Amino acid sequence: MLIIKKSIFDDPIHALPSPENTTRVQLPNGITLLSRPNFNSPTLSIKGYLNGGSLFDPEDKLGLSYLTAFGLMTGTANHDFQSLYNQIESIGASLSFSSSTLRTSFSAHCLSEDLDLILSVLADCLRTPSFPEKEFNRQKNQMLTALAIRAQDTGAMANLLFDQIVYCDHPYQHPEEGYTETVQAIQRDDLPNFYQRIYGPKDMAMAIVGAVEPQLAADAVRQYFGDWENPSQHPLPIIESKEPLANPTKKRLSIPGKYQADIVMGCLAPDRHSPDFHALRLGNNILGEFGMMGRLGQRVREAAGLAYYVYSSLSISLGPGAWEMIAGVNPENIDQTIALITDEVVNFVSHPVTEQELSDSKSFFLGRMPLMLDSNSGVAASLINIERFNLGLDYFLRYPQLVQEITREDIFEASRRYLDPERLAIAVAGP
Amino acid sequence: MTNAAQLITLDNGLTVYLKEIHTAPIISTWIWYRVGSRNESPGITGISHWVEHMQFKGTQDYPAGNLDREISRVGGAWNALTHMDWTTYFEILPAHLFNISLKLEADRMVNSQFLPVEVERERTVIISEREGNENQPRFLLAEAVQNAAFSQHPYKHEVIGVKEDLYAISREDLYQHYHRYYQPTNAVLSIAGDFNTRSLLQNIKEIFGDIPSGEPVRLIIPPEPAIEHEKQVHITGPGETSYLQVAYRAPSAQNPDFFALTVLDSLLTGPSSLNMFGSGGTSNKTSRLYRALVEGEVTVSCQGSLHATIDPYLYSINLTLHPDRTPEEVLFAVDQEIKRVLDSPITKTEIDRAIKQARALFAFSSENISNQAFWLGYSEMFASYDWFENYVNHLSNVTPERVLQIAQTYLDPSNRVVGIYTPEGG
Repeated sequence: MLIIKKSIFDDPIHALPSPENTTRVQLPNGITLLSRPNFNSPTLSIKGYLNGGSLFDPEDKLGLSYLTAFGLMTGTANHDFQSLYNQIESIGASLSFSSSTLRTSFSAHCLSEDLDLILSVLADCLRTPSFPEKEFNRQKNQMLTALAIRAQDTGAMANLLFDQIVYCDHPYQHPEEGYTETVQAIQRDDLPNFYQRIYGPKDMAMAIVGAVEPQLAADAVRQYFGDWENPSQHPLPIIESKEPLANPTKKRLSIPGKYQADIVMGCLAPDRHSPDFHALRLGNNILGEFGMMGRLGQRVREAAGLAYYVYSSLSISLGPGAWEMIAGVNPENIDQTIALITDEVVNFVSHPVTEQELSDSKSFFLGRMPLMLDSNSGVAASLINIERFNLGLDYFLRYPQLVQEITREDIFEASRRYLDPERLAIAVAGP
Repeated sequence: MTNAAQLITLDNGLTVYLKEIHTAPIISTWIWYRVGSRNESPGITGISHWVEHMQFKGTQDYPAGNLDREISRVGGAWNALTHMDWTTYFEILPAHLFNISLKLEADRMVNSQFLPVEVERERTVIISEREGNENQPRFLLAEAVQNAAFSQHPYKHEVIGVKEDLYAISREDLYQHYHRYYQPTNAVLSIAGDFNTRSLLQNIKEIFGDIPSGEPVRLIIPPEPAIEHEKQVHITGPGETSYLQVAYRAPSAQNPDFFALTVLDSLLTGPSSLNMFGSGGTSNKTSRLYRALVEGEVTVSCQGSLHATIDPYLYSINLTLHPDRTPEEVLFAVDQEIKRVLDSPITKTEIDRAIKQARALFAFSSENISNQAFWLGYSEMFASYDWFENYVNHLSNVTPERVLQIAQTYLDPSNRVVGIYTPEGG
């Protein structure tokens, strides 16, 4: 029997985000603001995104979206690099931008008394970036060094190799940061051009959580972003689907001089809106997450002592997702580890999970709900997720039911739709 | 919503810190043991960390697997950390289900089994963990620097231990280490969250009160001599990137110099976050070294690292080199910036800014329940909780003259080890 403390839903202090305690405001220019007050500490977390990321990168300039997001804080019409950062760092706040395949995200943390200042800097960076040549060259060099470091990172390279296998000929096959030669090809003028096509208020979302009344937060966002327009902003394209692998595919990358190899193996997964979503989340939890890394942890780490880390991970967003089984092992144990993981996958798609496992996993997902209340940034991230996938402000109120109604058969059937031990993608990077 | 922390010592010597915080329906429980790599000698390096791993292997009452299940079933998070001076175990659980953490921690304080078969399985797991670390150039460099910076103190070795010792440590070694250090007088229980102090304390007495005190831990570590003259260590490895670590012997956390060095570090490499969980730090783009080194295209990144430790450890400046620069050029640029501190001392305005940043970071650190439970116990491991509560006040008392004095004392080249990692054949 699952017990959910009544106060999680009813107590105004402890309440999970819901329509009663979260304010959602849409500006005429397309920006959506979600705001939830919390006066327990004098701080604020701000998170948000614009639609548009590396999906828009030209093939020969992969990494452009990443560098553009990186460049937003290098200078604006009103401030140079040092002046921008001086405003942020002088008050102990943080502000950063990042880019992924589909989104450009921002994240800020500050004292609530500094809301105006942080929003003014955020608006300055998003609305009037100047991408100074000198800063661009420096950031490009930093990125090239980061790519040289990535080339030595067995985990990152195994992941990259895995994506190249499962997303072959699909836009998702490329890393957001690009490759050395594509970053080399990017010129300073590419950044403002990319910015002009992709950045704008349409479909932008922002969450402000912390010690501020929602009305004040909305007024401040209107003040700094209300008159932002970009008629040439491109919408996200329809994302192509991807067929699963026809055959098992294994690739190995040699990185000489390393001590440990990383293995990433798995298959495609569905989109966030798939009816299989909750069944697969529970299934993944049982396979490689619950307790000490689920069944995989039990088999590969606890019983065989082969790996410090072995787990499974489900990456589900818009478009084709991925279901990955990951391990770091001594090079001598690569084949044995792959065999053990494959065996667990075979078992997983041959028999439904046990009642006990299902009950444990459901209990895990429902029990951990209050833990997300432990920080403003956790709540802000949840609100952004709700907005991005159009889940509705009552999502957390419906969530227990969504989890509870999953059956063993749901997990079994959903897993079999995606996880085929005969057609796994296997990527290994190591010495 | 938040009450002051309560300090109680049980009859068996267990120190208990409790802090009621009713901002979220969760409780964060930490148990700290005064044991880490500082308590190790050559031949058994890495043993404290290995004991930490064995604490997840179960007892008669909570067999391995059941532990995971008990915590995970209620949606909890749990883990453990081993450091130089301490080992800690934590559980973050929904408030109404948290009692399991007390029972679990009391049980494994004395009843862990250390079954030989589990010891052997964990040996390969820990060697795998070490090999994962060895894949990182920064780990290899830090290990070499640490080794060169200490002649006899146990801080000489990385917490995970040297590989030879990981092959040689026996089940008996592990069990003796566990038995010696895991006992109430050597432990601190720190709990923050949604509870009533009086009833929780009663509960703690019932669950922990009967555990015998054990033999007091007596540890005599001869003080490490000063570094005396600059040392350099060069290592090579795969890749295209070079790294530099400039490590100065630092004061212990209880030495008043620690706070002045914290301010100096903030000016040189940016303020440090006090938040172990979630967000709450700030960037370091306006720091002196970032401006000189990264904006000057000498390095592509720079970070400072100052640990609060029982004995004097290291203050490190960690640098990733610009591909066109040599380690000698980078070291020269670092020295130029330190010379600038010495020749044209820091202004009061700069110090005031550092204090303001620290105040904001301190406020961020109180946003999160687990972070508060963490600091209750963590500060006890090298000083006391007062140290943390008065942290900002201590920083506020630092003057420009004091910072200059600290820079002269600690950032002298004769007090440092310079570690250089360069690509093989480069």
